[in-house]
Amino acid sequence: MFIVQLARGLWVVLSNMFEKPVTYQYPEKKRPVRPRFKGRHNLHRYDNGLEKCIGCSLCAAACPSDAIFVESAENTDEVRYSPGERYASTYEINMLRCIFCGYCEDACPTEAIVLGDNYELSFYDRRQAIYTKEMLIVPVPPGGKPTPQKVEPGKFNRSIPVMENPKD
Amino acid sequence: MSVEQIVEYLIKSVLILAVMTAGFAYVTYYERKVLARMQTRIGPNRAGPWGILQPVADGVKLIFKEEFTPKNADKVLFVLAPIITVLPALIITAVVPWGPTVNVFGYQVPLYLANVNIAILYLGAVASISVYGIVLAGWSSNNKYAMMGGIRSTAQMISYELALGLSFVSVTLLAGSMSLVDIVKVQGADGFVGWLIWNLSQPLGFILFMVAALAETNRAPFDLPEAEHELTAGYHTEYSGMKFAMFYMAEYIKIIAMSMIASTLFLGGYLGPFINQVPWLGPIYLFIKTVIVIFIFIWVRATFPRFRYDQLMSFGWKILLPLGFLNMLIAGVITVLRGG
Repeated sequence: MFIVQLARGLWVVLSNMFEKPVTYQYPEKKRPVRPRFKGRHNLHRYDNGLEKCIGCSLCAAACPSDAIFVESAENTDEVRYSPGERYASTYEINMLRCIFCGYCEDACPTEAIVLGDNYELSFYDRRQAIYTKEMLIVPVPPGGKPTPQKVEPGKFNRSIPVMENPKD
Repeated sequence: MSVEQIVEYLIKSVLILAVMTAGFAYVTYYERKVLARMQTRIGPNRAGPWGILQPVADGVKLIFKEEFTPKNADKVLFVLAPIITVLPALIITAVVPWGPTVNVFGYQVPLYLANVNIAILYLGAVASISVYGIVLAGWSSNNKYAMMGGIRSTAQMISYELALGLSFVSVTLLAGSMSLVDIVKVQGADGFVGWLIWNLSQPLGFILFMVAALAETNRAPFDLPEAEHELTAGYHTEYSGMKFAMFYMAEYIKIIAMSMIASTLFLGGYLGPFINQVPWLGPIYLFIKTVIVIFIFIWVRATFPRFRYDQLMSFGWKILLPLGFLNMLIAGVITVLRGG
């Protein structure tokens, strides 16, 4: 019967009223992200404080929206930023162009760039949307030294570390 | 007419206008909160404690919006249409009593603005004026969607005024009077039992009135004049700023007015326990009943999808109209049995 159907519909709506709201009160209470969530990029460091990024520009080449700009410079044992020959002297990501696909992460030979869990990216002008290396790089881990480091010669000649299969 | 009476009427008129306007603001808040809870959300809670200042924020926003008039619009009618829509909504509750006579500083004040002997006719007439505002808004905007919305509004009104009028007729038959003050008095004449008999004799009338009132106020599921899927925003497509707010205001004030009328005609108006001892309880009872009826409006909106246009017309003419006649028959039989 039509009337019964209408009454059932009304009842469903009314019973929903007494359920607990599913809303997260966002700025005060943040919802935890999923394990493989792709948020803002982080540039990682080794345990001794050296940067993982070797300035190879493979991430920039893989980027489908051309959001990454990398400029590299030479490392020396006196002034060392990363293992191997070169490091990224400039590393910029335009967050207005980035589509958070994670291809840069796949392309990176040293696992330097990893998409993190920060999704609160908002800016007042376009200039602010360009994240520089200083903003992207993670802090020096405890026990490590800040870059540039002065290291003993011949110890950090290999730019790509021994890799393991990813765990998650 | 003495000076005291003029002052009394002035105070009452200002009170009605103020209550309706403030009520409009808080009905939007009430609606958003209830809708949110029905969709297991929280609703506005940022502006002030529990979002209580949200209507103020909305109002300020609308005041600062750009007032846009389309180039080929009929300027005079374009400005006039929102006013024509909102004024009947504001004055319609003038005949609704909100309480019995009370004693204010030794002066007997009846708690209603006007005791008109054709109050029901007045309701029907004034309620239909606002459709002119909608049609004119649609026509003067010089926009095809607005025009369609206006035309739909007219057709809808013709179908639903009949059902509304028939539900009025049965109440008039039962009460033997067209004055809302008398109708409430008749409901309370035999105490609680009389009130109960009145309400139980008119469930069909109440449903008919509610359906017609939903259509009258252009609310879902009868919001065809502003069907946003087909007509962008219907008759108010070209309106912005305070002119748009006026249409919004008209819709919500009409909801309050229709809820007050429904409470008065079918739920005993200001009547309630201890009303004879404490006459000031009248407005409180009417307020509670109005809030409950407004809840039904919101509940229906949260539940039902919009009618298709042809379904709406056949529903109005093939279902509501015969039911209205049936309800009139019931009311007539009851009146004869009571020896009226």
